[in-house]
Amino acid sequence: MTRGQRLLAGALAAAVLAGLIVAPLSLGRYGLYVLSLWAVMSIAAIGLNLTLGYAGQVSLAQGAFVGIGAYAAAILTTHGYPLALAVVAALTLSFVVGWLLGYPALRVQHHYLAFVTLAFSTLAFLVFRNEEWLTGGIYGISGVPRPSLFGLSTAKPLPFYYLCLFALGVVTIAFWGLVRSPWGRAFMALRENPLRAASLGVDTRRYTLMAFAIGSALGGLAGSFYAPLAQFVDPTPFTLAMSLNLLMMVVVGGSGFFFGPYFGAMVAVLLPEWLRFAEGYYLILYAILVMLLLVYSPSGALGILDRYLRRRDARIASALRAAAGVGLPDELVQ
Amino acid sequence: MANLVDLIVSGLATGAIYALAAIGFTLLWQTSQTINFAQGEFVMLPAFLILAAMRVGAPFWLAIVVGLALSLALLGFAFKRLLVDPMLRHGVLPLAIATMALSTAMKESVKTFYSAEAQPFPSIAPSGSLSIFGSSVSLQSVGVFAFGVVAVVALSLFLDRTSTGRQMQAAAQNPTVARIVGIPVERMAMLTFVINGALVALASLLVTPIYLAKFSSGDTLGQAAFAAAIIGGFNQVRGAIVGGLLIGVADNLAAAYVSTQYRAAVPLALMIVVILFRPEGLVGRAEERTV
Repeated sequence: MTRGQRLLAGALAAAVLAGLIVAPLSLGRYGLYVLSLWAVMSIAAIGLNLTLGYAGQVSLAQGAFVGIGAYAAAILTTHGYPLALAVVAALTLSFVVGWLLGYPALRVQHHYLAFVTLAFSTLAFLVFRNEEWLTGGIYGISGVPRPSLFGLSTAKPLPFYYLCLFALGVVTIAFWGLVRSPWGRAFMALRENPLRAASLGVDTRRYTLMAFAIGSALGGLAGSFYAPLAQFVDPTPFTLAMSLNLLMMVVVGGSGFFFGPYFGAMVAVLLPEWLRFAEGYYLILYAILVMLLLVYSPSGALGILDRYLRRRDARIASALRAAAGVGLPDELVQ
Repeated sequence: MANLVDLIVSGLATGAIYALAAIGFTLLWQTSQTINFAQGEFVMLPAFLILAAMRVGAPFWLAIVVGLALSLALLGFAFKRLLVDPMLRHGVLPLAIATMALSTAMKESVKTFYSAEAQPFPSIAPSGSLSIFGSSVSLQSVGVFAFGVVAVVALSLFLDRTSTGRQMQAAAQNPTVARIVGIPVERMAMLTFVINGALVALASLLVTPIYLAKFSSGDTLGQAAFAAAIIGGFNQVRGAIVGGLLIGVADNLAAAYVSTQYRAAVPLALMIVVILFRPEGLVGRAEERTV
């Protein structure tokens, strides 16, 4: 990246951030809810992007981890514990369960792994629905409180949105650091060529489990914000549909691209709302748009941008080569 | 005991239907690496095509013909041409996601354009009941089971005994060599999609009288078909039938004797165990691809 490009990227990031802070001021209760949901789902999708996009392990269980986090948060906060503790508990619990779910990934790959995680997702849903003593069964847990931080209550939609945005910001910075660390490189090595990674001394076994565990932990983190956002937790949102939806966010946004999940979550959470003018047809329209996008660019929305940038870079490079080629004979003459 | 026989027979009947969907599912994977997450909806749709044809006044038999023709055209031909072909070379995952979107589109379309309510559907199997080992067994279950088995046997014979069937197997096992020896690989791939269209139409015809026609009925069917395909072995037609029957029976027995709450967990637990300890499936062989 040249200096100009870096400046441009920085300016763009600042503009987006400013927009995310200022725009909601004019939004109503529902608009804020949708935007907060976008922030929460982005966190979960970032986690899945690590597991799938960077480490290359297909998981259809991310929705279950959002559920685990949401239930952990709902149960703890309705019993009077602070949200901070609930967040830590949700992170730890989903990290451990994600680690355990990683073990099948050591044995099987691709579609088999997809089906193992799919089964896990359905089993988790059954536990949420049937273990009434813990989860309240189909009646769910209502009255999940929103926290107070430093004496400021986040009970109103706007402060809670800022809390979600803050959480997304923290996750973004941490994730940025992670993918640039040796760990991030090891994850990508795992995706590109596991055999080669192993022969270069990467402990593929440990990193596979790690990719699952960290990705799942982010799912749990998203869940622990989902619970106070909806203020009500019941099993219905955490069916397989949520896992599929999260997977769609990652792939539609652009799997393995850093900003893919943000965009994918925008498509999955906001696009249906924008299509509401189509009334009964909005979900049909939405599904058709997703298919068209994928047919046009199978590497997701950011894949289009990436292709464009690469083509432009190639053009610039060939122009430079041509210029250098023109200059060459003069030097030879001298 | 009386109860047990009935449970097993009705389990075999639903199992045969799962097997039909599972076979189509594995066929698509074999020939075009397509994981069709809309397979359940593929089974749901033909029933509505038939109902729609009957609504405009066609008699039942004509409606079946129309429904079958439309499923071959839409779920076979158009699905391959419009969605699978453009995405195939970009790997398994984007296509899998696109089929997820397709499943949403199909569900919502049926809900919006036809009805959100469950619709009754005429049965092609006879009604009444039969006495086996002193217990009554519904004729419908026996009829559905028989239809399913006949269809699977016919398909296996087609694949093993006819020239076209063997060309399809060759195209699936090794497309490059198949192309060298002059097999029209593209046409064979298209044929599998059309066969899948026929299989789901048949499954739809058999399952809908039992569970009614509803836009959301594909969810459970699709999951059962995945599980059946995995349990039996992803690369075998007879694997899918073993898996389908096993799941149908296990599901029924679990509902009766284990717990209705966790009945859905039984096929999945079975699937996880099979994947972990015998990933090639119960009757599959490792590292082999056969249609």
